Amino acid sequence: MEMARTMTETKAVGASSTEAPKFKIKMSGRGVNVHYGAKHALKTVDIDIRENQVTAFIGPSGCGKSTFLRCLNRMNDTIDACKVSGDLKLDKQDIYDKSIDVVQLRARVGMVFQKANPFPKSIYENIVYGPKIHGLATGKQELDEIVEKSLRGAGLWNEVKDRLLDSGTGLSGGQQQRLCIARAIAVSPEVILMDEPCSALDPIATAHVEELIDELKSKYTIVIVTHNMQQAARVSQRTAFFHLGVLVEEDDTANIFTNPRDERTQGYITGRYG
Amino acid sequence: MDISVVFLAVLVLSVLGMQVGRSRAMAVAGGQARALHSRAGYYGAFVALATALPAFMVLFLWTAVEPTVIQALVRARLPAEIQALQADQLSLVLTTIENLAYRNIAPSQSQPYLTSAATLMREMHATANWLMVGVCMLVALGGFFLSRGRITVAFRARNTVEAVVKALMIVCSSIAILTTVGIVMSMLVESLHFFAEVSPLDFFFGLVWDPRFAGAARADQTGQFGLIPLMWGTLFISFVAMLVAVPIGLLSAVYMSEYAGPKFRKAAKPLLEVLAGIPTVVYGFFALITIGPALRDIGAVFGLDISSTSVLCAGLTMGIMIIPFVSSLSDDIINAVPQSLRDASYGLGATQSETIRQVVLPAALPGIVGACLLAVSRALGETMIVVMAAGIAAKLTANPFDSVTTMTVKIVAQLTGDLEFNSPQTLVAFALGLTLFVITLGLNVMALAIVRKYREKYD
Repeated sequence: MEMARTMTETKAVGASSTEAPKFKIKMSGRGVNVHYGAKHALKTVDIDIRENQVTAFIGPSGCGKSTFLRCLNRMNDTIDACKVSGDLKLDKQDIYDKSIDVVQLRARVGMVFQKANPFPKSIYENIVYGPKIHGLATGKQELDEIVEKSLRGAGLWNEVKDRLLDSGTGLSGGQQQRLCIARAIAVSPEVILMDEPCSALDPIATAHVEELIDELKSKYTIVIVTHNMQQAARVSQRTAFFHLGVLVEEDDTANIFTNPRDERTQGYITGRYG
Repeated sequence: MDISVVFLAVLVLSVLGMQVGRSRAMAVAGGQARALHSRAGYYGAFVALATALPAFMVLFLWTAVEPTVIQALVRARLPAEIQALQADQLSLVLTTIENLAYRNIAPSQSQPYLTSAATLMREMHATANWLMVGVCMLVALGGFFLSRGRITVAFRARNTVEAVVKALMIVCSSIAILTTVGIVMSMLVESLHFFAEVSPLDFFFGLVWDPRFAGAARADQTGQFGLIPLMWGTLFISFVAMLVAVPIGLLSAVYMSEYAGPKFRKAAKPLLEVLAGIPTVVYGFFALITIGPALRDIGAVFGLDISSTSVLCAGLTMGIMIIPFVSSLSDDIINAVPQSLRDASYGLGATQSETIRQVVLPAALPGIVGACLLAVSRALGETMIVVMAAGIAAKLTANPFDSVTTMTVKIVAQLTGDLEFNSPQTLVAFALGLTLFVITLGLNVMALAIVRKYREKYD
């Protein structure tokens, strides 16, 4: 019953964006395989991620959804045993091509992690870290503008504007996570990847972040991994269901939750397993 | 009967008590282990402890007190004119008697009162020994039977045993603490003797170190005990050592923890730590026969006059010695920086070097400073290298090619060879030791406080 009510709400939200006649493909994967040593973690994944929409990856633990997310900005490069093959494109450009600098890729595809991880520096320093290393600003004034813009974008400005020089680690959990989002948008990325951004937050902080995600999609393409199916239903327009390293089904969120084509998807969203 | 035999007997009884306590507990519970408050083994341990501990305490106290008591008793029986002797002469007489009684070493001039006193002492010792055996066994048996009698189903053997074990641990840790206190107290007392003869003002602010020889000094010539030249030498050498150790140690730690592959790391880290295992005396003669002459020859090429025992030589060697100290501690601290911070930085498009310089090192900085302070206190207290490589002339010089000396070198110099322990020439060693101790203690406390503060941030 509870589920059904969420569904109808979602339909209303999802309808407006999916009715848009045209959408652009921002990122795409074709035949993506990932091996962790001997383990075959992702098996031939094909997916398109639409620009200015929220795409949610759902699925039981260990299904490969976070692994795939981390392929999208090559965060898996830091793990030695991880081997990625197949085609991954950002704006029709192969992101695993030798000509691509991973540093620039990550500036275009930002990431927010499961556990809020602000640097043990001031709030101000946390935001300007990215712009400084990419040389996005010259002079203090531009940096100040970026800080204000990013914090406003993350809905944190009013809460912290009087204490920008306090440590970022002194904020509450939800504030820290929004600080991390602000830090990510400070480098003006095109895509923001979010790996279970609300799993460590209480319901009120979660609601804040979800609202924020909904606002951010007008400027950014967002991919979010979540364990919480209601959350996927609330914030996303497209949903992809992963199971045992296979992308089982990917469709409009409303379709996935009301009319799944695959038995496994049906089983997962109705809570039979996972 | 020997003490070791008593010891062994008590031990056997205690092991027996273990078995008896266990089976007694099972018998009381009617074979139902669940009915007991504690597991059966605790009842065994309880009986064993009750048997052994009091008996060992008696044994220990008895052996500690017995000689003093016997000595006092024998002294009371000595002829009156001997008893009237001065304290140091009387103690000499008593030592002679003891030697005659226990070790059968005859004095050069045998006196009838010496022989009779020795006989008396030997008899007393024999009696005391038997008494000790009796009392010990009585206490052990008493503990055995009393504790066995206390075993009931409801008796909380576990709590009792754990309380005893806890007390044992407290005793062990207080031994370590009390030793430190004892060392400080003894240094303090000797230093006070020194300061009774030499003004603290002359010691702490004197610019000349010229203690003279204890025997050669006349009454009006006590020598000069200026700390400053020694302190300067110590600090100068430590400074050079830190100049060597901190950059090398820190950079190798960064390489080991951030760049090196797991295989290289696995092989290289123990090798680096071997440096810490080399005895300092080996470093000392390495400095003396290799580094010193090499520096002198290199200096000669450039027209520099480098003494073969120099600040540079000692500092370089000491720096090499403390590299593993700095690198190992820094490595641990850098590894303690959470991976999530690195991920955050990489996720924003930072390169590895940007991540290390701007995220990892700042986060690890307090810990690294702490590690360096610990290394400094190590350098200040280092003795063997400076004894061999730094020289013995107490000079106030800013020339790193000249030889200087340190506080530790002078402590060694003042306390080796024939000496009398009441001249300022030897007592000054304690004042130097105390000063050094206060400095290194201060550094250690500071370093630990910094490290601890840093730890709290991530836990």
